[in-house]
Amino acid sequence: MTKALTNKKRPFRWHILVFLAPAALIYTVVMILPLAETLRLSFFHVDTTTREVTFIGLDNYKELFFNVNWVGPFFRALWNNFYFFIIHMLVQNPIGVMIAALLSMFHLPGKKFYRTAIFMPTLLSFVIVGFVWKLMLSPLWGVSKGLLTSVGLGSWFMPFLGREETALTTLAFISVWQFIGIPMMLIYAALLSIPEEVIEAAECDGVTGFAQFFKIKLILILPTIGIISILTFVGNFNAFDLVYTTQGALSGPNFSTDLLGTMLYRTFYGQQTQPGDPNMGAAIATMMFLIILVGVAIYLFFIQRKLTRYEM
Amino acid sequence: MKKIVISGLATALMLSAASLTYGAELTIESWRNDDLTIWQDTILPAFMAANPDIKVTFAPTAPAQYNAALNAKLEGGTAGDLITCRPFDSALDLFNKGQLAPLNELSALDNFSDVAKSAWTTDDGSTTFCVPMAAVIHGFIYNKDAFAELGLSEPETQEEFTAVLDAIKADGNYIPMAMGTLDQWEAAAMGYQNIGPMYWKGEQGRLGIINGTEKLTDPQWVKPFEVLAEWGQYLGDGFEAQGYPDSQTLFTLGRAAIYPAGSWEITGFNNDADFELGAFRPPLPNAGDKCYIDDHTDIAMGLNPASPNAEAAKVFLDWMGSEEFAQLYSNALPGFFSLSKHAISLDDPLANEFISWRSECDSTIRSAAQILTRGGTPNLWSGMWTASANVINGTQTPAEAAAELQAGLESWYEPQQ
Repeated sequence: MTKALTNKKRPFRWHILVFLAPAALIYTVVMILPLAETLRLSFFHVDTTTREVTFIGLDNYKELFFNVNWVGPFFRALWNNFYFFIIHMLVQNPIGVMIAALLSMFHLPGKKFYRTAIFMPTLLSFVIVGFVWKLMLSPLWGVSKGLLTSVGLGSWFMPFLGREETALTTLAFISVWQFIGIPMMLIYAALLSIPEEVIEAAECDGVTGFAQFFKIKLILILPTIGIISILTFVGNFNAFDLVYTTQGALSGPNFSTDLLGTMLYRTFYGQQTQPGDPNMGAAIATMMFLIILVGVAIYLFFIQRKLTRYEM
Repeated sequence: MKKIVISGLATALMLSAASLTYGAELTIESWRNDDLTIWQDTILPAFMAANPDIKVTFAPTAPAQYNAALNAKLEGGTAGDLITCRPFDSALDLFNKGQLAPLNELSALDNFSDVAKSAWTTDDGSTTFCVPMAAVIHGFIYNKDAFAELGLSEPETQEEFTAVLDAIKADGNYIPMAMGTLDQWEAAAMGYQNIGPMYWKGEQGRLGIINGTEKLTDPQWVKPFEVLAEWGQYLGDGFEAQGYPDSQTLFTLGRAAIYPAGSWEITGFNNDADFELGAFRPPLPNAGDKCYIDDHTDIAMGLNPASPNAEAAKVFLDWMGSEEFAQLYSNALPGFFSLSKHAISLDDPLANEFISWRSECDSTIRSAAQILTRGGTPNLWSGMWTASANVINGTQTPAEAAAELQAGLESWYEPQQ
């Protein structure tokens, strides 16, 4: 009886293919093909006057890593990107967790208002955020000088966006301000999904307050924090808009705010009299893709596997 | 009701019949959408009055999209008959691709100097492919009321210029100079390229770099950076985070006395400033030196070789070399000066002051504009933005800035190697 059943050949399940097809097709057209095309583009060179296209293999990459005029800017942008990411990890995510923890305390008055208000900047366009902050920090018309002076810190005021030492940090803080709503919301949701019984059990054992947060809740939301870290990483290494709107395509002062994204933009599309070089730009874009890929892979293979997930 | 429809149809018929009687219809491609009314109301009616059989339409695109839109139209065969040319390589590229016609036989071109034509001529100087329209001149615009209040007069030399700046600073009522370094472009265009030609002797220096007989580390190229290094102390607090629109506003609000400028600011400043404006040219290094001004070629008009109305288009291009056009255009757009050799009179006093320097000084264009920004990385013009801003910020010495620019140029430009 059982033998007869297993021997009977199952019909091919076409509906699986049919249902997968739209997603696979759209993903291929808008993601995989452009990626492959970028890779292909980076192996060619177009002569600026004759428009002749030649296959040059890895020469664009050789140029990028061995020509002083490329390798310096590239690693400067890479380092700036890491710095930008580190600030987000040290400031945005811990504060996001903290705000979420505060919001999840059910007796907090006005918490719906705070939740919305803190999430609002995330919905704004980069351009608006960039211009608003640029105006607020402006030494001519900005409010920041007056605000600092009113609390007795007037001497701390600097043209923050105009100094090499402070510009990138300032931009990182602006970006943190804008995106803090995302870790907050995700952690908030994770905290709410912790079952009451777990908390009640902890309370019965006398674990309350800070100890309860660090020993129970934080452990339970670690996988979410991991996801947030990887989202931050991908977002930061693709960052471009904020720098472009506040500092322009040359990422001043003296390239101190140049990220991989702005370098890619400048190379690909050109800048004023500098003609764009789509092929070299494609090489940089491919490097960005590889860096993000390696980062995500490290997370998936070495960190996420070690995170213990608890059944809740 | 029926009557209205019929009369409407009749009018439409008459209009279409009227347009059929014109010999040719020309369309102008341009990025100057700001100038649409000036072309429609002033310039084109004057031409069409003299040439009733040619109908011309001005069809501009937004500046940021112009190059891309024009390329697409040219390749698709839908571009207009007349094409507004950007200076140097972007127009040269079109010519090399056969999308701009050579105009050597056009007699109107004799009305323009070689410097004026250089932006739209092949590297060997043999073929010109656009009729030059306008240039912008660099200099300094100042607040006449403030100068009168402080008893100051227009400085002639660098020494006098510094004395004026010191006096304004000592008085404390005005910021001596309105400029910021956040956008960097101001530092290069209104700083280095504004005062520089006096030191590198205009065309002599510019061609010296192109031919490889001079280097950017030579004293005549470093000296302007040394002058810029002094500027930082005369700019407003926090100038490092001050952008281009900030500087314009600071000056038109009357809070700053001097504005390192280009003549394109004239219309805006005339509208926004409620004090009297004056202009003085870049200061001479020493009294009695010959003077050189940056008279930067900016806009020209070329012919689409695919145009079916090439003959009519040539009539229009010829007219663009006439005194009438020069007069009309320069007066409608004060600050954009005709590049022709005709002596023109301008109504705007500030524009008149700028253009009067042409008779006193030799003209040159921005030193990095021609050939030197072609294809190479690092780009010399972008490099000048960063270098000039760094020098004014005091984060790089003039010698270091010049050395970096020279090293960048040498890395790809053969005559400098």
